[in-house]
Amino acid sequence: MPNFITSYLGIQDAITPGAAGSQFWALVYVFIIFAGVSVAVMAMNWLERKALAHFQIRLGPMRVGPHGLLQPIADAIKLMLKEDIIPAEADQFVFWVAPLIGLLASFTVYTVIPFGPSQAVSDMNIGILFMLGVSSLGVLGIVVAGWASNSHYPLIGALRSSAQMVSYEVAMGLAVVSAILMTSLNATGTGTLSMIGIVQAQQQQGVWFIFKFFPLGLIAFGIFAIAMIAETNRAPFDMAEAESELTAGYHTEYSGLRWSLFMLAEYAAMIAVSSIAVALWLGGWMRPFPNLLQGPAWDFIFSLFPGLTFLGLAAIAVVGVVRMPSHSFFKIQRIGLAGFAAVLGFIALLLLVIAVAGRSADASGAMSPAARFREGIDYVYWFVFKVAVFMYLFIWYRATWPRYRFDQLMKIGWKVMLPISLVVLIVTAIVGVLVS
Amino acid sequence: MNPAVNSGLNSAVNAGMAPVATPWFFYGLAGLAVVSGLLVITRRNAVHSALALIVTLLAVTGLYLMLYAPFVAAVQIFVYAGGIMLLFLFVIMLVNIERSSKDRQFNRMWPVGLAAACALLALFMTAFVKGKALFPDRMMAMPESSNTQQIAGMLYGEAGRMGEYTFAFEIASLLLLVAILGAVIMTKKKV
Repeated sequence: MPNFITSYLGIQDAITPGAAGSQFWALVYVFIIFAGVSVAVMAMNWLERKALAHFQIRLGPMRVGPHGLLQPIADAIKLMLKEDIIPAEADQFVFWVAPLIGLLASFTVYTVIPFGPSQAVSDMNIGILFMLGVSSLGVLGIVVAGWASNSHYPLIGALRSSAQMVSYEVAMGLAVVSAILMTSLNATGTGTLSMIGIVQAQQQQGVWFIFKFFPLGLIAFGIFAIAMIAETNRAPFDMAEAESELTAGYHTEYSGLRWSLFMLAEYAAMIAVSSIAVALWLGGWMRPFPNLLQGPAWDFIFSLFPGLTFLGLAAIAVVGVVRMPSHSFFKIQRIGLAGFAAVLGFIALLLLVIAVAGRSADASGAMSPAARFREGIDYVYWFVFKVAVFMYLFIWYRATWPRYRFDQLMKIGWKVMLPISLVVLIVTAIVGVLVS
Repeated sequence: MNPAVNSGLNSAVNAGMAPVATPWFFYGLAGLAVVSGLLVITRRNAVHSALALIVTLLAVTGLYLMLYAPFVAAVQIFVYAGGIMLLFLFVIMLVNIERSSKDRQFNRMWPVGLAAACALLALFMTAFVKGKALFPDRMMAMPESSNTQQIAGMLYGEAGRMGEYTFAFEIASLLLLVAILGAVIMTKKKV
């Protein structure tokens, strides 16, 4: 194989392709992440409709595929085939470019998201600043879209969105700073802004930052968790697209593919901010209790989780096959769902085999390729698992809480969250100095 | 390839990270900055100008990254492209663009502007011509992996000593604080 492929694989240390200077593998990672995020957005779309429906005692999508599993694909095809209308009075160029701004901003941040110590495109010295900065560019797309539509509701939505973002970014930034302060509690006394470095700091200190200096870490995390909902324009803070007041807010005039780009950007941004929360406070790629439940036995037990998760999903699909009404009308759906179950089961089997193979290599001491592969799967699994919990919380919030009024929203942002985060920051600094 | 990884927090060592196609990136970014900078002053529509200004700022961000100054680049994105330009757009959107774009130039400031631009050009030309004598011959050895930490050392000082720029930094932050208070007092009807 050519050198540009093998040279990165030969490196034994955990190092990202970006830091190793391997353009080829960086590109491969980019493609994997892009595909993964796109699939995750489709899955999230289905899950959100389904979960919301069940929250409201409805069935949700049931027609396209078994339990509406193919609904996202049908939606995507519909949106691509729909006419893409640009209003006559709209600013053509800005209208055209606005969805792309949001999309670019929300996908660019994925370069530094640490799925594992080496499972990231690159590790920047400014990681967390880069993520916050670039994801804050996404609001420009919303604002510009609202303005370019040359229509009342989109303009109001855009104005609300920009005011909201500016307000909540302050509290969010201060909460992040208090987490960064905690990274400096080591022998050298130097903290780090790198996403991977932040997770490694939690590893070294043996505690997730959410539990550090209890309850300071928890409060900072809470502020971030609230601010990130406002940052991504999700219910109960979805003032920019409040459908009961503004039709659809900033994207009222958008249709077809361009509208779907907004949706893609919004969901990608949700995953991105959840990743920040996971990396800063929830230990990133670390499995639960790495310091208490150590040893090869516990490693092995926890490495079974990815396989068992897929096995559980396959079991749910099998139950769906069994419970399908025995009418000839459902024959194709039944076959399809059985095939889906088989695919999930195969993936589960594969992951379990890798877990076992990686374990037997562990006994010999050195890290075999199978062991490294298993380790990588574990890291990515735990990171994605934690992010998935946040994704479900987003749906849960939307189903549970009514929308805030705009002045209440601003009042909470400036008069409650900002003072609390300032106090948390100062107290964290004082406690940190006293401890070290 | 040198897989040197120092243990500890700064795992972002650029082991064997050779710059790729440096001149092309430089000319591309510089050209982008100049072209979009021209668009800022030639567009009649204020929102188009603001968007062009964002592109300029992002191109300059890229130039900072090429100078191995990632922290400055991040701050540029965070503060200028993200925060200040958002407020610009916020204000511009409240203006009636159609009427204002038909307005003629109503002040006579262009000679001043021209003089300032000429002075700046002269400064750049001097720096370009006398560059060899003015600047050190080699590039500053500042590893990208600890850029932020070094800036912090210069601003806040290390190991109990005051940093090189602590005083200037504190003065600047005091100035900003005064400006914030002034803005609040000016906008508030009743303090």
